[in-house]
Amino acid sequence: MEGLISLFVKAVFVENLALAFFLGMCTFIAISKKISAAFGLGIAVVVVQAITVPLNNLILNGLLKEGALSWIGVDVDLTFLGLISYIGVIAAAVQILEMFLDRFMPALYSALGVFLPLITVNCAILGGSLFMVERDYNFAESVTYGLGSGVGWALAITALAGVREKMKYSDVPEGLRGLGITFITVGLMSLGFMAFSGIQL
Amino acid sequence: MKWLRDYLDSIEPLFVRGGRLEKFYALYEAADTLLFSPPETTRAAPHIRDALDLKRVMAYVWLATFPCIFMAMYNTGYQANLAMAAMGLEQVEGWRGIFAGWFGHDPSNPLANIWHGAWYFFPIYLTVFITGGICEVWFATVRGHEVNEGFFVTSILFSLTLPPDIPLWMVVLGVVFGVVIGKEVFGGTGKNFLNPALTGRAFLYFAYPAAMSGNAVWTAVDGHTGATALGEAAAGGLDAVAALGYSWWDLFIGLVPGSIGETSTVAVLIGACILLYTRIASWRIMVGVLAGTVVTSLMFNLIGSETNPMFGIPFWWHFVLGGFAFGAVFMATDPVSASHTNTGRFWFGALVGVMTVLIRVVNPAFPEGIMLAILFANIFSPLIDYVVVQRSVKRRAARIGALDAEMSS
Repeated sequence: MEGLISLFVKAVFVENLALAFFLGMCTFIAISKKISAAFGLGIAVVVVQAITVPLNNLILNGLLKEGALSWIGVDVDLTFLGLISYIGVIAAAVQILEMFLDRFMPALYSALGVFLPLITVNCAILGGSLFMVERDYNFAESVTYGLGSGVGWALAITALAGVREKMKYSDVPEGLRGLGITFITVGLMSLGFMAFSGIQL
Repeated sequence: MKWLRDYLDSIEPLFVRGGRLEKFYALYEAADTLLFSPPETTRAAPHIRDALDLKRVMAYVWLATFPCIFMAMYNTGYQANLAMAAMGLEQVEGWRGIFAGWFGHDPSNPLANIWHGAWYFFPIYLTVFITGGICEVWFATVRGHEVNEGFFVTSILFSLTLPPDIPLWMVVLGVVFGVVIGKEVFGGTGKNFLNPALTGRAFLYFAYPAAMSGNAVWTAVDGHTGATALGEAAAGGLDAVAALGYSWWDLFIGLVPGSIGETSTVAVLIGACILLYTRIASWRIMVGVLAGTVVTSLMFNLIGSETNPMFGIPFWWHFVLGGFAFGAVFMATDPVSASHTNTGRFWFGALVGVMTVLIRVVNPAFPEGIMLAILFANIFSPLIDYVVVQRSVKRRAARIGALDAEMSS
């Protein structure tokens, strides 16, 4: 249990997907103009991440790994199918989430717009699954990691949206307006998140 | 003083639009408003009558750091003279040696200490002031905004957080990063979201860790290693601090190795009194920081640890170790980068306190936590404000909704 808690903390803060690995930057920068939309997208990422990482873990251990299919008498290593299966799972999960939001939360659905389907190709989501494979997490760990990395990403994008809402009052030089200053802001935020680098859990 | 006013008025035509020195209007304006109260008043409502404006606020903060500056010079010289006496040195190496020894190097002679320390503090401060000032004026000139006294505060706070032994070219890099990336790209004073002095300090900390931490940099004598109390506490707990010969009172007074102006808690407290009496710094933030620190350190005291001595450090030691007091009083209370709502200020302060202890205790990579804790809290301060405002909106809506329901019934 203690191991799971420290894994969670590590996934949220120390190895923050957005601010330590710079994953999922396209949506991170595009949907961070308003706190409410950013928070909604953050929740969507938490949900998708918490579903797809454990699901991919099951697929890896139950179907793809060498010897995983021995119960039907086949002994093959199917891990080369990994990438395509993970992406498939993610696409399906996002599709379901999209239908759910369309039906029950239309305001958030329209606020997220095209970026909801884009979660499918959000590097943070696939990155989470690939980290799971690389670090050889078991099922409980992958549930924790999926949830933690999603929460970390959501926290980062909400904080960025807060800063950007405050920056309405800023007077940024013309050439830097828009994307330029956002990149600088994200860089400075990740300087602040360096507070956690070096924590051994 | 009339001749000065007359002189300034007489050269004004040179600087206004169409004048020969139009480009340098920012400089003229800065000198003019530093010397005299600006005549401009607000034309449109609402009007608030107050003798304070941004310039006076910043000047007060600058004045409040004077006790720290005094202790900075005295302590830097004192530590250097002590180390020289211990190593049997007679002469300071390098160009400082020409001047620094005029009053001798006897650590019991206060004048010798201050004089020696001044030769470390003033080169750093002048470097910061000149390079930072050039960036500031350059941006003001090109972008047509005013040079602001905010830079006085940034420059002095940045200088006081540096180790005395730092090479001056690093000082230049740090202040340029802090002023340009931390502040000017956002449009100048009041428009940034991180504390510029801390941004520069953190940049140096990560770019040149060898020159900003460890045991060799805290005393201004080459080849002398003197651990800071905080570094020793991280390694061996309070026993190790006691083994260095430092009691709680020593750390409170501040005659110990450390960053130039951060060691003396008592000097910081004098500054804090000025800031609180003039109501320039928010007491809510300071209370928040103290509360966050006390609660978190008590929690770590309770948990305890066999291997990590920092778990057992009581909160009153946290207050005097490292740059805690300096950060809590001067850095966290920066009105621009902290939370802007009163309720939010408590939470902002608490976040700083919690993070400081957290970094000090559980992060072995960094002995000092307050700098990164404040930067981290700066990132979340707009979000804290947002939550506070939203809750207030909801409460109001509920109250007014209840009233409406009552009236219609």
